[in-house]
Amino acid sequence: MHAHVSGRSMLEARRSAESLELELTGEWRALRFDRIDAALAAVDFSGARRIQISTAQLAILDLSGAWRLHEFIKQARAAGVEVVFKGTPPDQLRLIDQTLRGESPCCSERNRPIPLHAIEELEAPAIRSLEFLGRQSVLYVRDLIRDLAFLGRMSVTAVRGLTSWRRLRPVSIARHVYDTGITAIPIVALIAFLISVIVAYMGAQELRTFGAVIYVVDLVTIGVLRELGVLLTSIIVAGRSGSAFAAEIGSMKLNEEVDALSATGVDPFEVLVLPRVLGLVIALPLLAVIADIVGLTGGALLCRLLLDIPLTQFITRMQEAIAPTTFWVGVVKAPFFAVVIALAGCYRGLQVRDSSRELGRLTTLAVVQAIFLVILIDALFAVLFLEMDI
Amino acid sequence: MIYPVLEVIGLVNRFGTQLVHDRLNMEVREDEVFGIVGGSGTGKSVLLRSILGLQRPEAGVIRIDGQDITRMSSRQLYEVKARYGVTFQQGALYSALTVRQNVQLPMLEHVAIEPAARDELAMLKILLAGLPADAADKYPSQLSGGMIKRAALARALALDPKLLFLDEPTSGLDPISAAEFDELILYLQKQLRLTVVMITHDLDTIFRTCNRVGVIVDHHMEVDTLEGIVNNPHPWIQAYFHGERASTRLGQHGT
Repeated sequence: MHAHVSGRSMLEARRSAESLELELTGEWRALRFDRIDAALAAVDFSGARRIQISTAQLAILDLSGAWRLHEFIKQARAAGVEVVFKGTPPDQLRLIDQTLRGESPCCSERNRPIPLHAIEELEAPAIRSLEFLGRQSVLYVRDLIRDLAFLGRMSVTAVRGLTSWRRLRPVSIARHVYDTGITAIPIVALIAFLISVIVAYMGAQELRTFGAVIYVVDLVTIGVLRELGVLLTSIIVAGRSGSAFAAEIGSMKLNEEVDALSATGVDPFEVLVLPRVLGLVIALPLLAVIADIVGLTGGALLCRLLLDIPLTQFITRMQEAIAPTTFWVGVVKAPFFAVVIALAGCYRGLQVRDSSRELGRLTTLAVVQAIFLVILIDALFAVLFLEMDI
Repeated sequence: MIYPVLEVIGLVNRFGTQLVHDRLNMEVREDEVFGIVGGSGTGKSVLLRSILGLQRPEAGVIRIDGQDITRMSSRQLYEVKARYGVTFQQGALYSALTVRQNVQLPMLEHVAIEPAARDELAMLKILLAGLPADAADKYPSQLSGGMIKRAALARALALDPKLLFLDEPTSGLDPISAAEFDELILYLQKQLRLTVVMITHDLDTIFRTCNRVGVIVDHHMEVDTLEGIVNNPHPWIQAYFHGERASTRLGQHGT
């Protein structure tokens, strides 16, 4: 007979002719599961016909430890080994048996037997891909209908809102003008300044080879006024406020606040969506104007400091370069961008259901779609203006 | 020296100028069910948050198994946190994870268990909490209120703690589900030899499960056995246990 200690003293194994004696020691706790696991896995019961387990030396045996022992006993018995306890078997084993059989007394109505693993139906790959195609088509159409329903409901709410001052909720609109507009001024101004400086500088490098440095003024003024000012502002606002709309409304959905509003007889579209859309429609054009001003200032500054074009010459050249419509061609797009950004944010926010992961997914989707729609509409406007010769 | 399982000595908590706890004392002994009662705004949640190490009290000592958690580093607190289980009032299940994954999360964080064993251990806890096996792969949003409470309990038991904190375990349940949940707590307490600390407003729960009760009044705690606390002369305690809603229960329990 020889003694063998294994698994950093979780158990002691003594082997005699045909039987194996296991003396469990120490703390058999969930937090030491790895050691228990290793110790029991190392027990070699080949050749033994009988295992005797003693728990007298155990300091603690919790449910996780007992479960591992339970598995070990099951395994040993399956291999045809007789397992007995020295003294009474621990209560925990009985509790585990009882629980796994669904016999714990506190789930009387819930202990209906259920297969642990549902059997998956096996289908031919061809049918499965056809089913996938069908399912996706139906989902797509359903999404489309839902999008249209949202737009329709939004339009109705907007029309109703515009007919009554009280339904318009001016205080709420003012808050959103502040949140999406005023607080965005620093970042919008900074980006507009930097981009116009970069455009002017890169342009000057190229134009210098033709001796046409003065055309930097055309590049900066037309570029900033027609496209860059409003487009960059919209993309920043989509990232800032589109995501904020989706997250705000989404967490209200998770918290059942939107349901609470509806139940109180308050139309969530009227108090949540409309003020955000109108607020952004007011704020975004103003931000675009600020971006234009700062962008032109940046361009003029760079021309003055690096290209030796004095301010008076910059202004003269600018007046020659731009048509009276140039400024408006840029700013007129801003309200349209504002509407798609706000609608994308609110729409995705209202779609949030069930889990925090959905909130993240739909917030991301709101920003991505807002930016995509902004650029798409910008392209449509470019075609339109080309046809109109402005 | 043998310490009680949980000991709070001279706890002081203050928000700005508002005093919440003023030298509050509390002691929880092994294998008992200790109920914490108090009016709204008396700082039951603040007390629980202090004990769980979620916020540091202004003064006082909080000992869990004899170790003062108010003077611990976050590393030491991490070890202590593996030794107790908590259920929160709304369940606080992770909404992006299934029930099984919720139960497995503490195991993943604290122990090295291979996935197959972890699955089965999680299932054992789910069954132990009285949930059907097919609840394991459901998401919290698909569960009823009672099932959420049970799932939260299964998660609290994931690491087989000796100490269990329950924040309003039966709030929001219908009386039958609440009574069943009381029985479940008692059953688990006896089978697993748990020490249970619960915040509750439910008089049925208090009379059914608690050995001793601590009532937070005037910024400190009055602790007594169930029989003792019912006869405490403090006006709030009198109103609480002898009010309109309580009188029928007192009759039943013969105190």
